[in-house]
Amino acid sequence: MQNQSFGILRGLRRFTEGSVIKIKINDVLLQTVTKVASFVILTFSVYLFLAGHHNPGGGFIGGLVVAAAITLLFLAYDVKTVRAGFPPVDFKVLAVSGVLLAVITGMGAVVFGKPFLSHAFGYFNLPLFGETELATSVIFDVGVALAVLGTALSIIYTISEDMCIWKR
Amino acid sequence: MLKVLLMTSLFLFAVSIAIFLYRFVKGPSIPDRIIAMDAIGISLIAMMAILSILLKTYAFFDVILLFGILSFVGTVAFSKFIERGVVVDYERDR
Repeated sequence: MQNQSFGILRGLRRFTEGSVIKIKINDVLLQTVTKVASFVILTFSVYLFLAGHHNPGGGFIGGLVVAAAITLLFLAYDVKTVRAGFPPVDFKVLAVSGVLLAVITGMGAVVFGKPFLSHAFGYFNLPLFGETELATSVIFDVGVALAVLGTALSIIYTISEDMCIWKR
Repeated sequence: MLKVLLMTSLFLFAVSIAIFLYRFVKGPSIPDRIIAMDAIGISLIAMMAILSILLKTYAFFDVILLFGILSFVGTVAFSKFIERGVVVDYERDR
């Protein structure tokens, strides 16, 4: 009884294979919610990323929330549709370039004779924001976010269905 | 008075999480387990909200939002796994 609850529709599709019955799955509810919710989640990830300097947040959790939003898109739609909407970047390359950016930002302190990973900040007068604190640790956080995003998305992409399983 | 009420509700949420854990371990079918897991997540969100009232702090609000997002995505993934047998498919209409 317990095993029968797995993949009800897939089992049905296998059962009716070759006949004219074709099961069309209606996903309107999930896809309509996803169209709104994914943008809310992405906005929240930007907030978490920028709050990370003085409050809870930062690059790691920002990248993880972006990965959650893209995972929701993957769940509601499919890999082919979602990948068509993004620039064709390999997720592994994204993770490695994030780590490289973080290490290069850490090495920048060594060039100026400071210890590894020490950061510099200053106060600048920006035209729209007024006096703003700009820190080099944001660049490090961008690297961390890219690394986390690339790793999480390459895991999700690896466990997704292969493109040649259901070709008949 | 308010503090007693909040502590009582925290205790009741803890008891309900224990009962959900029983259903999660024992649950005769997979949908029972998934509903138990979703309910555990929602009870944890409620406990965090009560805790932030009790401690008079805003610090848990981000955590509440994040936990809601992750719980939602996890429940959607498990429900899709029950219905289709595959979590992320390559092309929908095939």
